[in-house]
Amino acid sequence: MGSAPAISPFVIFLASIFSSNMVLSNFLGMCSFISVSSEYKTASGLGKAVALVMVFTTIINWLIYHYVMIPLGLDYLRFLIFIIVIAATVQIIEMVMDRYLTDLHMKLGIFLPLITVNCAILGISLFMVIRSYGFWQTLLFGLGSGLGWWLAIAALAAIREKMAGKELPRGLEGPAITFIITGIMALAFVGFSGIFVVM
Amino acid sequence: MKKSAIKSLLVRNVWDENQVLRQILGICSLLAVTNLVSNSLVMGAGLMFSVGLSSLTISLLRDFIPHRVRMIVQTLIIAAWVILFDIILKATLPDVSRALGPYIGLIITNCIIMGRAEAFAQMNPPIESFFDGIFAGLGYTIVLVIIAFVRELMGFGTLFGINVNFLGLETWTIMVMPPAAFFLVGVMIWIVNNIVARQQASGGGKRG
Repeated sequence: MGSAPAISPFVIFLASIFSSNMVLSNFLGMCSFISVSSEYKTASGLGKAVALVMVFTTIINWLIYHYVMIPLGLDYLRFLIFIIVIAATVQIIEMVMDRYLTDLHMKLGIFLPLITVNCAILGISLFMVIRSYGFWQTLLFGLGSGLGWWLAIAALAAIREKMAGKELPRGLEGPAITFIITGIMALAFVGFSGIFVVM
Repeated sequence: MKKSAIKSLLVRNVWDENQVLRQILGICSLLAVTNLVSNSLVMGAGLMFSVGLSSLTISLLRDFIPHRVRMIVQTLIIAAWVILFDIILKATLPDVSRALGPYIGLIITNCIIMGRAEAFAQMNPPIESFFDGIFAGLGYTIVLVIIAFVRELMGFGTLFGINVNFLGLETWTIMVMPPAAFFLVGVMIWIVNNIVARQQASGGGKRG
């Protein structure tokens, strides 16, 4: 089951939400994090959609990696296979949601295609391979990372909503101030790093 | 193609529409690999390689790719080039490859490549697309190296791994931690916004 059985899945779960948050300490999924965070409602919707896709794709990628790619010696193709799996999973989740969860689909629908190119999704699949996680570790890692991403984007959007319309130095409006706010948030999250076993 | 056309592509991609500072694309890897100058150079080279060749390939195939499935086809082309770069890097610089970890693979989802494919390579001839990609990558690399320079100098007191901290000054650990990356990018965007605003105020900038 890999070389890191010592880390309990639960620790991974908490660590991936707080101390090694996907956005604030691994910088994954920045594009949409910066551009879709001006409104709380939209940001939170995207966060939920990302968390959902993350859990499914990491588990599917884990299964494919360990039961198909390793036995066949296709390890070097993992970027290609992971990205196909992600694109396909997003498509399937969208179709299933459209059929059975119409309300949720109406709310999250527009974000789903965007998620295929969200690097946090591919990123955690690659992390799971590099850190050789087992099944339960992967499951909770995917779930924790998704929740952590949601938490970060929702928090940023809430701050930006409060700031809307305030006067800023010239040239600092928009992306520049967003980065600085994110920096301060990251600083706050650094404070969590002693609590859990750092990966 | 003409020299002037290449030059205008260069100016546009490196300054006027710098992918990082003006378009806010490709931020993930920018923040993650910039605590050492040498890692940043490798990352920049990887991006230039992938974006140049992907733009070239997509442009060559642009009449054959059905419009509806173009996104997935583009992603696969990009992934193929990134795999190639990853293999080359593993063979030549295994230490750097390990240090960059998943971020080489994440070039695939780097928005810059997809952005150039969608905005340029799709409707322009191959040679132009190739240069457009290379220059977009160059603009990214320049920003990467500037940020890495500041972070490595202040965080470790070194440059390219060589100690330059002759006075024995205290290094700022914060500079190699994530928050500093956000602050530096924010400040850089702020500075560039102000330069652009000033240029526009003093007679419409240097070119249209």
